[in-house]
Amino acid sequence: MTLRDELTRTKHWIVHRHPHEAESPLLRLENVSLWYDGQPALQDISFELQSGEQLAVVGPNGAGKSTLMKIIAGVLKPTQGDVHIYGHAPDGHICIAYVPQRNAVDWNFPITVRDVVMMGRIGKIGFFRSPGRSDWQRVRQALETVGIQALADRPIHALSGGQQQRMFLARALAQEAELILMDEPLSGLDLPAQEELLALLPTLQQRGIALLFALHDLSLARQHFSKLMLLNRQLIALGQPDEVLKASNLRRAYGGHLQIVPDEGNWLGLSDTCCSDGEG
Amino acid sequence: MFEWLWTPLQYAFMWRGLIAVVLMGSVCAVVGTFVVLRGMAFFGDALAHTILPGVAIGYILNGGNTSGLFWWALGAALLSAIGIGAISHGGRIKEDTAIGIVFAGMFALGITLISTVRSYSVDLSHFLFGDVLGVRDRDLWLSAIFGAVVLTAVIGFYKEFLTLSFDPVLATTLRLPVRFLNYFLMLLMALAIVISLQTVGVALMVAMLITPAATAYLLTPRLPRMIWVAALIASFSGGVGLYLSYYLGIASGGAIVLVATCIFLLVWLGQAVRRQVRSQTGG
Repeated sequence: MTLRDELTRTKHWIVHRHPHEAESPLLRLENVSLWYDGQPALQDISFELQSGEQLAVVGPNGAGKSTLMKIIAGVLKPTQGDVHIYGHAPDGHICIAYVPQRNAVDWNFPITVRDVVMMGRIGKIGFFRSPGRSDWQRVRQALETVGIQALADRPIHALSGGQQQRMFLARALAQEAELILMDEPLSGLDLPAQEELLALLPTLQQRGIALLFALHDLSLARQHFSKLMLLNRQLIALGQPDEVLKASNLRRAYGGHLQIVPDEGNWLGLSDTCCSDGEG
Repeated sequence: MFEWLWTPLQYAFMWRGLIAVVLMGSVCAVVGTFVVLRGMAFFGDALAHTILPGVAIGYILNGGNTSGLFWWALGAALLSAIGIGAISHGGRIKEDTAIGIVFAGMFALGITLISTVRSYSVDLSHFLFGDVLGVRDRDLWLSAIFGAVVLTAVIGFYKEFLTLSFDPVLATTLRLPVRFLNYFLMLLMALAIVISLQTVGVALMVAMLITPAATAYLLTPRLPRMIWVAALIASFSGGVGLYLSYYLGIASGGAIVLVATCIFLLVWLGQAVRRQVRSQTGG
């Protein structure tokens, strides 16, 4: 997009948003592929997500989980294929929230938790205007929902890993997001913090907010999500945990990095590739 | 003490100098806060140096009359910013490489142009290191107008600049006009630099952008206060530097930057010592 296009769009920016087509699903991907330097990062991904649905995205490192989320958020453009949010391209929507990986954030940035959560509101406030009372009200409610209202005035570097993730979730709530994309939110968290974050998922579901949640831990994915996507550049399987986590699928996704053992009628995958290094 | 402060103010040039450094200091510090937070110090330094050919052309065309310099300098800065963007676009040439190429190329062009003028060394040193005591009423007016534009813009786009600096991906998903805001911030940097041309000169300009802001960053955990503190430190450094320059007969640009640097070092050392003490008493 040229600067000129962008300026033209800016003029209409507050007035025109893409409408939500009622008969279209929240999210639809059609044959989405992305190539980096002649290498496929994602190939031919197609699926749909309805309002309020929660989908765990699992797969090895480098499977393209981050890339997929950034394409859905409209941050990266797919080389081929289309993304539709309620029937229109993502770049006209402000109802999508992307929660970054923790190591992608400058935690020494001089702002408080409240400031970060308020950032979710600014798409609705507009240039040259300050947040109003209703904006601060939303921020307060969002902080209460995720249980960190007591930390509102702390600088962000004072937060624990779990609190950092909950702050970003609060920002997504303040944004009034209808689709939240969480990129490896559990990596680097200890078990209690993981459980605390996962305990917030039913609240999102009650509010009809859809969720894409990238994670490594297959057993946590199975426990907390009724729908899973197994990804390794291609969409290997999508559906209920038992269908997705079959030995044949896991072998396709993880290759030699996974040992598969029978476990009370199911298959249990033991992964030795773990966690949190950058592009997931 | 009072007399020490008052005596120089009997001269009009000293008044004008003081007003100029406070204006320049505040504007640079406000813009510089975002420069520091976004890690654009090298870009700022480069942009300051790239105005030299603009200044030189303005100087040669108008002879001794410096009234057109502002516009030539601004034009050169904008051309350079766009050039850096164009060369690094697409990712084949990395941004810092593009900055280095444009920085050195423009600076060389400036020096070459100025060397065609007879009074070469005197003029060059004024452009490089500033000549705050040579500030005239007209320069002050231009600085004040540009300064007001910059401050209004930063206040008006504060939320957007804040979000863009902290989390560019969020800025994109909120569908802020990210590229427009980036260019706009560069324009504000260019304006701040042009305002500072006469007070500190191009060679030391980056110090006014980043040193007070970096000091304020150490002192305060919250951004709005960081901006205020940076502006205060910059104005204070400007004033003290000006007096030192008057009494010691030293170059004003150098004196101002040295004062700002000393304040930074004091704060930085003070915090290092405090951390040390705390870790020892804390066991």
